[in-house]
Amino acid sequence: MGAPADNQPCRSLRGAIRIEDAVKIYENDDGGLVAVDHCSFNCAAGEITMVVGPSGCGKTTLLNAIAGFHSLTSGTIYLDDELLCGPEKLQAKPGPDRIVVFQNGALFPWKTNIENVVFGPVAQGAMLPADARDKARSMLAGAGLAGIEDEYPGQISSGMRRRVEIVRALINDPKVLLLDEPYRALDALTKSVMHEALLQTCYRSRVTVFFITHDLEEAIFLGDQIEIMTSRPCRTKKRLKVDLPHPRDHTIVTSRRFRELMDETIDAVHEEAAKAFRLGEREG
Amino acid sequence: MEAPADHGHPRAGAPHSAIRRVRLELAVYRALDWLASPRPYLMLLGFALFLGFWWLSVEVWRLPRFSGMPGLTTIVREWLSPEPEFGLSLFTPDYYLHILTSLQRVIIAFGLATLLGVSLGLVMGWSDAAREYIFPGFEILRPIPALAWVPLAILMFTGTEAPVIFVTFLPAFFATTLNTMLGVRSIDTQYFRAAACLGASQGYVFRHIVLPGAMPFIFTGLEISMGLSWFSLVAGEMISGEYGLGYVIYTGYTMISYPTTVIGMITLGVVGYLSSAVIRLIGKLLMRWRARELGLEG
Repeated sequence: MGAPADNQPCRSLRGAIRIEDAVKIYENDDGGLVAVDHCSFNCAAGEITMVVGPSGCGKTTLLNAIAGFHSLTSGTIYLDDELLCGPEKLQAKPGPDRIVVFQNGALFPWKTNIENVVFGPVAQGAMLPADARDKARSMLAGAGLAGIEDEYPGQISSGMRRRVEIVRALINDPKVLLLDEPYRALDALTKSVMHEALLQTCYRSRVTVFFITHDLEEAIFLGDQIEIMTSRPCRTKKRLKVDLPHPRDHTIVTSRRFRELMDETIDAVHEEAAKAFRLGEREG
Repeated sequence: MEAPADHGHPRAGAPHSAIRRVRLELAVYRALDWLASPRPYLMLLGFALFLGFWWLSVEVWRLPRFSGMPGLTTIVREWLSPEPEFGLSLFTPDYYLHILTSLQRVIIAFGLATLLGVSLGLVMGWSDAAREYIFPGFEILRPIPALAWVPLAILMFTGTEAPVIFVTFLPAFFATTLNTMLGVRSIDTQYFRAAACLGASQGYVFRHIVLPGAMPFIFTGLEISMGLSWFSLVAGEMISGEYGLGYVIYTGYTMISYPTTVIGMITLGVVGYLSSAVIRLIGKLLMRWRARELGLEG
């Protein structure tokens, strides 16, 4: 990924994910629902990998397997060459090295924003509460969220809630940030600003990002690499490296290279979307 | 290019004294607004219609089934007189003794029910194993009405207070436990997953996710069980009490001093309402996040 921030010391990138031959079959009365069918791909450390596919194709299942919420039926997932889950150990253990930002937002409504942000460090005992608060305050300020620390999530807009949730994840210095269609419920105008904000955050922190979306424009704008998934059961249909230069801003969406990339991928995405539509897939 | 900064946020940097003054002004404004609206007058009209019907049906028109009842003027005169004909009014010290006895019993029973009920409810809500062991037996005992327990209560407990408190405790306990359990089960799985990602231990999750997440349900349960406590207290007092509002109501009937009965009923209504209101207030204070969230949506 390009353009590191000037004051960021060069450090080795972490969070490379390697998925090998993942299969997930849900048991049900009809014998078994195959959600993921021999899926393999890699997410390079420090880069943003976008996973694009129609609703219900099984991409959230992959995210849940990486995060440790579900087990895999077979296959292996490695994080920085360490085994996360595999034949000997079917389910990973959730932890602060792979933090999820959820689709509908999972900020704890009964805690103020700053209490939410310090939740990780305080729960793990990694920082003293006072130090955690100071760090949280400065990280919130850096994300343009100063002034809302003592309010509750229910009092701020959903766009701001997403940003607070991302800060809540990043304060733990995770290896991987797992984003499950976080901007799905936002309007298009807010979304475009959120994208720029997310890129700024990524330039600063160099965290590896695994981002699920159904929006191809979002994928090309944000991503360094795109995995286009087939409809359920999911498998990689097409892989694409996005060679747009960093730092990117909203003007890049109308550039010729952007449109060329859209051209290359839109047919593949549309084909799978039509299949899912005919099958009547439910969102995960 | 920088992420958009929220400089225009209204509360950034305001001093606390200014915030307090604004809150006071807001409260005064809301009170005046309420007085200026039709709401308080509709409320008074509602009371007036009810009391008016009572007065008219008993004392003026003397309708067939109503003529034997104590009339509104009789009750009011009795309640407010320093020398009440039937022995109980605002000026007799016995009146307050009865209220305090009942109140004391309710507080003890409700307190026990809350302590044991919330604890058991949290355990059953959180642990699938505990729920499987305990819930079936719990659900068989729950429908047994409080009064059916009175004979057993008199056998099990010595003295006059303990059986009454036990009978009052039971329905409150069942309601609180059930609501607490449902409250824990109502917490979205995403919150547990988020906490796991953030490295929280089970104990931390219990204190910071389970307990606050179940609070809205717990407080609904507490309001319900406060009402149930009064309900079953009166029934228990009718049978085994010497003082108390239930005793007053029942002996008013047996001694044919019906105004006393009605005074007891009205007092019960007012005290019961006030105790529920106290619970609601405590709930609002403990769950400021919910009040603000709902306030903004309203």
